[in-house]
Amino acid sequence: MNRNPIVREVCDFMLPAILLVALYIQFHGEYSPGGGFQAGVVFGAGIWMYALVHGLERTQRIIPPAVVRFGVSLGLLLYIGVGFACLLLGENFLDYDALGGGHGGHGGEQDGHNTHGQHLGILLIELGVGITVAAVMVTVFYGFAARRGVYNPSDSD
Amino acid sequence: MTLLAITALAIVRLRGLLAVTMLAGIYSFLSAGLLTYLDAVDVAMTEAAVGAGITTVLLLLTLALTGTEEAAPSRPRRRIIPLAVVTVTGAALIYATLDMPHFGNPDAPAQVHVAPRYLEQSGAEIGIPNVVTSVLASYRAYDTLGEVMVVFTAAIGVLLLPGVERHRRRPDAGDDDRDSGAS
Repeated sequence: MNRNPIVREVCDFMLPAILLVALYIQFHGEYSPGGGFQAGVVFGAGIWMYALVHGLERTQRIIPPAVVRFGVSLGLLLYIGVGFACLLLGENFLDYDALGGGHGGHGGEQDGHNTHGQHLGILLIELGVGITVAAVMVTVFYGFAARRGVYNPSDSD
Repeated sequence: MTLLAITALAIVRLRGLLAVTMLAGIYSFLSAGLLTYLDAVDVAMTEAAVGAGITTVLLLLTLALTGTEEAAPSRPRRRIIPLAVVTVTGAALIYATLDMPHFGNPDAPAQVHVAPRYLEQSGAEIGIPNVVTSVLASYRAYDTLGEVMVVFTAAIGVLLLPGVERHRRRPDAGDDDRDSGAS
């Protein structure tokens, strides 16, 4: 744990903003630059900052490593699951038109394209990308910081 | 660009690895600024978060293991061959850029193949304003799936590195969530 109160306060002040920006990048990616990958990276960097200031033990109490490893797989499975959902609904793999009722379904705007299905599909797979990338970032930090001799300050937390 | 070159030169000249790590972070941040200037805001975000943030921390964690002073080169005389290789490679790369279209040229090959179709049709086909997201998440969903798999594989690789999970053997650190299958 970092004993410098300025560092701690600035970290606690910045962290909600960073995580909020990450969520904004995630869910506003259809309208502004960004998407799942950027959001996951920013989210992961926020967790890194918290872990650097408050120590590994405290971070792992809030986000246990088992949860993080679960998240790594969950995001990828969500992505693949969307693909297979499209397949089961009668379209091609990752053809999101299926999610809104298929070509010429009720959500289509024109030419048989189903923009509602596309919206839902893109939202879900971007969420999958974001979860996986953020979880991978935290996994990497846990893996490296937990090595003996690398990050001793947290042991005296 | 000038600042990038200055930072790179400073990184080459310095021997204190702590300062080099900080300068590498500054270099990444300058790159992010350059990418923003080139209207590649997505890439700039990634560069700022990964290059300036995460890589810097990773290097600092590594320095905690290795020490912060770079050893002096053992044999300072054999510098001709590396210099020749770098010069030839750099000259070849610069020669190759002469054939590239100018930045923002509308007749560039990248702009005339599928880009117009994406720009014109994605509004009707996908229905979201950000064409980059349309291309990445829908038209090229297979590629993005592959990228996520690469990231996933990287995480598996990190978890499999020797010594990574060792800390969790400590009896007081909440071992109950640990996989009992791993020896």
